[in-house]
Amino acid sequence: MNENVLEKLKILAESARYDVSCSSSGTSRSNKKGTIGSAAGWGICHSFAEDGRCISLLKIMLTNSCIYDCAYCINRRSNDIPRATLSVSELVDLTIEFYRRNYIEGLFLSSGIVRNPDYTMERLVRIVKDLRQVHRFNGYIHMKSIPGASEELVQEAGLYADRLSVNIEIPKEESLKILAPEKDFQSVFAPMRYIQQGVLQSAEDRKRFRHAPRFAPAGQSTQMIVGATPETDKDILWVSSALYKRPTMKRVYYSGFVPVNAYDNRLPALKQPPLVRENRLYQADWLLRFYQFKVEEIVDDAYPHLDLEVDPKLAWALRHPEHFPVDINKADYEMILRVPGIGVKSAQLIVVSRRHGRLGTEQLKKIGIVMKKAQYFITCNELTMQSVQDLRPENVRRLLVQKNNRKQDDRQLILPFADQE
Amino acid sequence: MNIFIYDKTLEGLLTSVFDAYARKTFPDRLLEEGEPLPLFYDEVYTVTTDEEKANRVWRALEKKLSKVALSMITVSWLSELPEIDSLLFRYIRKNIDAPRAIEMNFGDPDVLELSKIWKKVGREKERMGQFLRFQKAADGTFFAAMEPLYNVLPLNISFLKDRFADQKWLVYDLKREYGYYYDLTEVIEVRFEEKEQHLLTGLLNEELMDKDEKLFQQLWKQYFRSIAIKERTNPKLQRQHMPVRFWKYLTEKQ
Repeated sequence: MNENVLEKLKILAESARYDVSCSSSGTSRSNKKGTIGSAAGWGICHSFAEDGRCISLLKIMLTNSCIYDCAYCINRRSNDIPRATLSVSELVDLTIEFYRRNYIEGLFLSSGIVRNPDYTMERLVRIVKDLRQVHRFNGYIHMKSIPGASEELVQEAGLYADRLSVNIEIPKEESLKILAPEKDFQSVFAPMRYIQQGVLQSAEDRKRFRHAPRFAPAGQSTQMIVGATPETDKDILWVSSALYKRPTMKRVYYSGFVPVNAYDNRLPALKQPPLVRENRLYQADWLLRFYQFKVEEIVDDAYPHLDLEVDPKLAWALRHPEHFPVDINKADYEMILRVPGIGVKSAQLIVVSRRHGRLGTEQLKKIGIVMKKAQYFITCNELTMQSVQDLRPENVRRLLVQKNNRKQDDRQLILPFADQE
Repeated sequence: MNIFIYDKTLEGLLTSVFDAYARKTFPDRLLEEGEPLPLFYDEVYTVTTDEEKANRVWRALEKKLSKVALSMITVSWLSELPEIDSLLFRYIRKNIDAPRAIEMNFGDPDVLELSKIWKKVGREKERMGQFLRFQKAADGTFFAAMEPLYNVLPLNISFLKDRFADQKWLVYDLKREYGYYYDLTEVIEVRFEEKEQHLLTGLLNEELMDKDEKLFQQLWKQYFRSIAIKERTNPKLQRQHMPVRFWKYLTEKQ
C-alpha cells in the first residue's frame, strides 16, 4: 500500500460514483470467531458526501477501462480520461482497513468491461471470494453482475456477495440500443433471472439442509437513468412495478441523468440533473412498496408524467376527491395510509391509539401528522373543517402549492429573465 | 406538595415507586440530595435505594409491559433530561394503575412524550454507530472519541464488540469523561485520572499513530471528495443527514 493508490482511488471512485445504489441492508450476520466484522440488517450510512448522498459502502471500480461505448457513461471507451486498475491486494487492504476504522459497512464492487463479460465477471468473483475465504471478511458485499455474464459465474458470485445487481439503465430497449449498441435487454434480464433462481434455490435447499449455503441473502437491485431518453414516468414506473413483482428484487434506484458526455448529441442537453423528477419517482416508488398503491393509480395514459408541483400521493388524492374526507377514528388502515400528510408510522400509531379513545386534532398533530396537508382530507372527533369536497380539488391544490412558494420576497421587484428557474 | 429525595439512579427511581405505593403518598417533585427545596412544601421523604424493592417493581412491570415498553424506560433514562425521572414515574404509575397496560395509547401525553424521548435517544445511538471513527494507535489499539447528546455509549457496546471483535479498541465519551476498552476478550468501563491530549481533543497525535494511519486517513479523505457528484452539490442535505456537531471528530472532515 503506498501513495500510488491515492491516485488510483481518486480515478476509480470518480468513475463509480454515478451508480446510485448505496444501501447496505438486507443481511443480518453476527461475527464468527476468526472473521472480520458483521453485517447489520438495517444498513448503516457512515457518512454523507458533499452532494448529500449516503456513503455506506466503499463504492469502487476494479478498473474503469471498458470496451463498451455507452453514450451515458463516463467510462465509455471513446472518452479520453485517466484509466486505472486496482490490484487484488490493494482492493482487499482498502476494504479491510476502512472497515476497521468504521468508515464503511463493506464493499460495493463494480468494473468496466475488459475483454468480454465473462472475463470481467470472473475477476470480480475472484476478488470477492478472496475477501471472504482468505481474509475472512464478514462485512457487507454488493457486487455488480456484469451484463452478459454466464450463469455459472453468477451462481458463484451469489455465494460470496450479499447483494448482486444488474443495471437496466434505460427503461425501453429501443432507447437502450441507440445509446448502448453493445447491450440489449437480454444481457440485462438474463443475469437477473440467474440471481433470482439462485436465491430461490438456496431458500429451498435451506429448508431441507440447515447449513446449505446462502445465496445473495440481500437479494438484488437495479437502477434506471432518468432524463437521458424520452421515456415517460409511466414507462419507468411500469418497469419498476413489474420488477417488484419478482421475488428477489429489493430496490429500484433512479438516477437523475448527469450529462457526463455533453458532446454526444444522442443525449439531451440538460443544464442540471432532473432532481425534482428523480425525487418524485422515488416518492412514487415508496407508494408502490409501502403504501399499497398500484402503479396504474399513480401514472396512466391520461397522466403519463408525475406532477412536479405536488407529490404523487397528494396528486392521487386530488384526482380522487370522492374517497375523502376519511374518518380517522373509523377508516381502515389502508385508507388512512392514503391520506396526504400521513406516513406509515403515523398511520400505525393512529390505528393502535384509537382503541383507547377517539383522537382529535391536537393528538394527531402530536403524533406527527402534517395537518397543513391532511386537514382537507380527514374528519376526526371535533374537526369541522372544509374538506377537499367542499373546496374543490383545484382550490386545495392552489392553497397547498402557494404555501411552498411564499418564500419569495414580494417587496422586491423581480425581472423575469428567460432562463431564470 | 410532596417531595421525594433520591439518588438520581434508575434503581433509586424504582425504589421511589415502591415506597410511594407502600406509603400511599405520591411525589409531586423528585429531587436529588443537595438540590434546593422549593419555597413551599408539605412533606419531604428521603428514599433509600434498595435493590430488592427496585427488582420487585421491575418484575411487576415485566409482567404487564412488552419488551419494547421496558426498553423505553431504560433507554429513555439515558437521555439524562432534567424531567425524565418525573415523566418515568408518571408513566410507570399510570401503567400500574390501569387495568391493562397503556403503552400503546399514544393519545396519552406521557406515553407520547416518552416514546419521543426514546426515539431521540435511539437516534443518537444510531448516529454514534454511523459517525464513530477509529484511529489506529502505534500499539495496535483503535481509538475513537465522541460527545453524544445523550449517554448512549453503553447502548452501542454489544454492536461494537460484535463488529470489531478481532481488534483492541477504546471508545471514549469526551463529555461524560468515561469510556469502554475492549482487550479482545471482554469490554470494561474505564475512567482516566490524568487526561492525555487525545482524551481532551478526541484526536490522536501523529507520534501516537500507527505508521499507516496517516495514509489511510488520507485515502479516506480522498475517497470522500471523489465520490461526490459536483453537479448535485447539496450542502443542506449533507448537514441534514450529518449534523455539523459531529464533524469535529470525523476523519473526512478534518
